[in-house]
Amino acid sequence: MRLVVFGWGNEARGDDALGPLLLARIAAAQWPDSALIEDFQLQLEHVLDLQGAELALFLDAGRATPAPFAFSEIFPRKNLTHTSHALAPESVLAVYEQTLGGNPPPAFLLCMRGENFDLGAGLSDDGAARLEQAWAFLQRLEAGRSAENWRRHATKI
Amino acid sequence: MFPLENAETKQGLRRIAIDPVTRVEGHGKVTLLLDDDNHVHQARLHIVEFRGFEAFIEGRPYWEVPVTVQRLCGICPVSHQLAAVKAMDLIAGYERLTPTAEKLRRLMHYGQILQSHAVHFFHLASPDLLLGFDSEPTKRNILGVAAQFPDIAKQGIFLRKYGQEVIRHVSGKRIHGVGAIPGGVSKALTDVERDELRRDVDTMIQWARDAVRLVARIHTTHPEFYDSFGEFRASMMSLVGPDGALELYDGALRARDADGGLIFDGAPCASYNEFLQEEVKSWTYMKFPHIRALGAEAGWYRVGPLARVQTCDFIATPLAEAERKNFLAAGGGKPRHGTLLYHWARMIEALHAAETIRDLLDDVEIVGTDLIGEKGERREEAVGVIEAPRGTLIHHYRVGADDLVKYCNLIVSTTNNNQAMNEAVRSVARSFIDGNEVTEGLLNHIEVAIRAYDPCLSCATHAIGQMPLQVDLVDSSGALVSRRAKNFSAA
Repeated sequence: MRLVVFGWGNEARGDDALGPLLLARIAAAQWPDSALIEDFQLQLEHVLDLQGAELALFLDAGRATPAPFAFSEIFPRKNLTHTSHALAPESVLAVYEQTLGGNPPPAFLLCMRGENFDLGAGLSDDGAARLEQAWAFLQRLEAGRSAENWRRHATKI
Repeated sequence: MFPLENAETKQGLRRIAIDPVTRVEGHGKVTLLLDDDNHVHQARLHIVEFRGFEAFIEGRPYWEVPVTVQRLCGICPVSHQLAAVKAMDLIAGYERLTPTAEKLRRLMHYGQILQSHAVHFFHLASPDLLLGFDSEPTKRNILGVAAQFPDIAKQGIFLRKYGQEVIRHVSGKRIHGVGAIPGGVSKALTDVERDELRRDVDTMIQWARDAVRLVARIHTTHPEFYDSFGEFRASMMSLVGPDGALELYDGALRARDADGGLIFDGAPCASYNEFLQEEVKSWTYMKFPHIRALGAEAGWYRVGPLARVQTCDFIATPLAEAERKNFLAAGGGKPRHGTLLYHWARMIEALHAAETIRDLLDDVEIVGTDLIGEKGERREEAVGVIEAPRGTLIHHYRVGADDLVKYCNLIVSTTNNNQAMNEAVRSVARSFIDGNEVTEGLLNHIEVAIRAYDPCLSCATHAIGQMPLQVDLVDSSGALVSRRAKNFSAA
């Protein structure tokens, strides 16, 4: 099953690095049949990375996310507002639907709780601990890579 | 003091805050002070986040800086990299690049201009322009555009993607690529990569041309409105080439007044602070640069596409130059100052970028392998200036004998446009808010003006849940009357 994983954030801004760092763990583990996409922000062109994937995973850090992390299935949402420079993952799915046609692949968001996003800050102690917890969780997900199995792991928020 | 910058008295006025401005990255806030009859007494765009970018850079080895500065901004990493590396070329003793290295840097830069202008227009501006400023707010976004104009939305995605691919091929990676290094570039472009980029470039030129025509058509539907929206007279500044051509990578600084007359020309970038001065104000963290010879009151200016297409004498690529002439002709040959005209000028530059990418790909030297120039004497101080998508970007460094940066001054495009953005907000407040009941649609007019500049108020942090729009209406006693909020994501 072809998987595309997006890890986004800025490694120079403290816990904003959690998404890219988790993505780096996947790269080091060499998950098979996986495309890994790192970026500062999610943007319009990322819909093209979803093409041909059978499953999508988005990795991010959030300030308001329950600790240590939340894992949920996400769906296209057409009524989100957005900043000038970034899209929410749900919006990327909606742009896929409306510009490329058809349904995007089943998609899941793993969002780790971050504490400090200041420029020049390192990873917080809490952030580092949550990265380990999220990585352990991701390895369990990978052991049963399917949308059906991942839904069983989704966080109840 | 500028009209509407300070209310004569704040007694009896209510305060409306747009905090932060939606679809504008970072922490910006607009405040309007209104009396009971909704007359505007004060309008300000505040930058409420202190960035500390210079402190982030100082103390680092100079050769690391072109890579480090990419992390200042997730939207313009290439622009920061190139401005920094141009300074570090000189610090390291490289007075001149090899032809291949300079062309590869230009290729990367024009890829950045194309992708940034595409996302700005299609993602940010087109919802307002195509769907209407007062249209349903939940649909006034790129998704709403995609629903009604799927081909236009698709072209926006592919133009953006193409620009990103240019950057990836030159720098080696989508992000964190090295690309430009002091003295040249770190990677040659292969024949295969060149041919891959060549394959689609004519389509990109066509789409960029279509986009210029689209903006021009939108303006012709209601020219008085589009010309006058957020209009104010302002000086303009940008780099130009030695022959007066539009120049985005390297050149000398030129400034024109609001009537098009020269204020200065051929100003060397290294001497920018002989021509420009920075001022601070108590109510915002962002500096207010101005032309030193004219003083703070008269010396402010605008930068970016609307300035660039009018400070230059011509554009060197034929399709973009034809469109520039059309743009100027529509203004009767006089400088044009309407805020929404930024979008028209921006698409002319996108067309120029696509044409330039084609020309660079057709140049045999682009696949050369002589990547590093000849090293000469090292310097302690240097300035790198580039025209970033949103305007003139200045990097100024001093480096100690220990190779560590001991002084860093950055004037980013948004800072150069600070006064101009405030004037745009005031112009819209006077025209649309003053005397009217304040609605979401009217408040969006303020945002439309700010979006024309697409300010980078902060860079490259994006944590989900961090970008709400909150509008507070507070009465003269300070009590909250009503609050409206939109959230970026519920995660």
